[in-house]
Amino acid sequence: MNTQVLTATLFILVVLVTIAITVWASRQNTGTTDFYAAGRSFSGFQNGMAVSGDYMSAASFLGISGAIALTGYDGFLYSIGFLVAWLVALLLVAELLRNSGRYTMADQLAYRMKQRPVRTAAATSTVVVSIFYLLAQMVGAGSLVALLLNVESQGLKNLTILGVGALMIFYVVVGGMKGTTWVQIVKAVLLMGGTVLITVLVLAKFGFNLSELLGAAADKTGKGEAFLQPGLKYGINTTTKIDFVSLSIALVLGTAGLPHILIRFYTVPTARDARKSVFWAIGLIGSFYLMTLVLGFGAAAMLDTGPESEVALSGGNLASPLLAEAVGGGEGSTGGAILLALISAVAFATILAVVAGLTLTSASSVAHDLYANVFRKGTASEVSEVKVARIAAFVIGGIAILLAIPAQKLNIAFLVALAFAVAASANLPSLLYNLFWRRFNTRGATWSIYGGLVSCVVLVAFSPVVSGKVLPDGTTGSLFPLGVDFHWFPLENPGIISIPLGFLFGWLGTITSKDPEAEAAYDELEVRSLTGAGSEKAVVH
Amino acid sequence: MSDTQPQRSVHRRSENPAYAELAASKEFAQLRRRYRGFVFPWTVAFLVWYLLYVVMSMWAHDFMSIKLVGNINVALLFGVSQFVSTFVIARLYAIHAQKSLDPLAEELEQRYRKAVK
Repeated sequence: MNTQVLTATLFILVVLVTIAITVWASRQNTGTTDFYAAGRSFSGFQNGMAVSGDYMSAASFLGISGAIALTGYDGFLYSIGFLVAWLVALLLVAELLRNSGRYTMADQLAYRMKQRPVRTAAATSTVVVSIFYLLAQMVGAGSLVALLLNVESQGLKNLTILGVGALMIFYVVVGGMKGTTWVQIVKAVLLMGGTVLITVLVLAKFGFNLSELLGAAADKTGKGEAFLQPGLKYGINTTTKIDFVSLSIALVLGTAGLPHILIRFYTVPTARDARKSVFWAIGLIGSFYLMTLVLGFGAAAMLDTGPESEVALSGGNLASPLLAEAVGGGEGSTGGAILLALISAVAFATILAVVAGLTLTSASSVAHDLYANVFRKGTASEVSEVKVARIAAFVIGGIAILLAIPAQKLNIAFLVALAFAVAASANLPSLLYNLFWRRFNTRGATWSIYGGLVSCVVLVAFSPVVSGKVLPDGTTGSLFPLGVDFHWFPLENPGIISIPLGFLFGWLGTITSKDPEAEAAYDELEVRSLTGAGSEKAVVH
Repeated sequence: MSDTQPQRSVHRRSENPAYAELAASKEFAQLRRRYRGFVFPWTVAFLVWYLLYVVMSMWAHDFMSIKLVGNINVALLFGVSQFVSTFVIARLYAIHAQKSLDPLAEELEQRYRKAVK
């Protein structure tokens, strides 16, 4: 059977199933709690699956196994920060946020601060982080779908971006948080199922002996033992080493500050369920990255990963799909065609679930923080607020489509790392200060958010990712073309500087102003966040 | 119509005196101590453990490359141990929370409910 036809059929199946789920989920979608937080009716396990579905992007699924296939150990090293980060969310953020917040990240800050400045700041950083992340995903979607369908056409890429954009708007506008959550749960099941299947098939080829698999990978790539040791990607010189440390810090501290992850904790009835969500997410995400290790080294051991190979030319993105084809019986075999199509469909579902979560997050923040609280000062009705949220989803989705189509020609893979850096520099400092520091106040909150955000963006603007990076083959590795070079910051990842700056600005803003109201309200925030007294309850339909 | 009802969507402190009472109680002080006593040291521990791994991967190449069994080297074992430590700390926290935090939190929440009735 023709792989392209099979892949396209499975893509359409994924689309139809998710549309059906969204329509089904939209029946009870009237109030703000339904739209933003799915009535707080998901169980810890369900939400744990949805959290994993929201978090594991195509960049993790295809990107990390591809990075391992091409650079060996360093790809694995990169994946670990994404897991360890969840301990920050589990220990310091998830439960307290569930108890003290309501719909958005800003709610938690606004609880004891002056509403308008704090909400404006938090909404700005929410939208910036989500749009960066969304743009990277959508541009990736265009080339990925073309790659998976094996059609090299700019028209198809544009059509894909348009189609993915239209679908994510549909999930959010019609299904709200409930529809989006179910799309993420379905995706998590598909992703875990597909990954387990390929992992077992790969391990079976090597007699379930990991050492043998690693040896075969080292031999086949011709890189020998260096392939199993750190250094091939990040260990080139001192700058790349410090750059990786900077990236690691941003990954580990950024996860618990990603707005689309934070609002997932509001979809469960109690803080205990929020804890269970993270607990399950850690289990799922951890098992997933361990399996990615097998997929990556398996691809290196079984496929051609030389500089002119399909895997290398796709930047590693084709490592998992082609590995699936190989373990299914190879090119031309029925088993190979089925597995290749299956893994491609999983990757497609992955893209859809992540972009839907990001669109919902931005729309919620625009409607709840900016419209209802800053613009209408809390006088908006629930009906009008939900209406604005739906309009916002249209507008944000439309902007993302319009930006993503021209951005395809640019090198924007750095946007995901930048989103983590902003989350760690702008969002996490204010969240942690607010929860654990009585003295923290409105100026501290706005300074840490704007300070962290601006530091990140400015440092990246003057870094090699924007200008002045020349790749070994003589082409540009930056956003700007060759010849334009205004960079002075040597690192590609700003975290190592911008995260301390975010904390510093928050401290400085706090000690230079007096806000007795914010201090007086700390008792209430602390009691509420630790005990759940007065926290938002689930909706009973 | 409903647009005329103010304060619909405001999420802010209630200024209910019950909170101040709870905050001053012995039980709450104990809950806070138990919570912070667990999460602060463990956060420092896992961050240091993770950074040690990253720094050694960058600057202790020879040590990380020592082969242990077959093709399994120190680097791989260290990496996998980050997974194990993450799973273990998550489990330890879940046990601690169930045993030492939840009962106190529930009791205080009950007290709050009675107070606002």
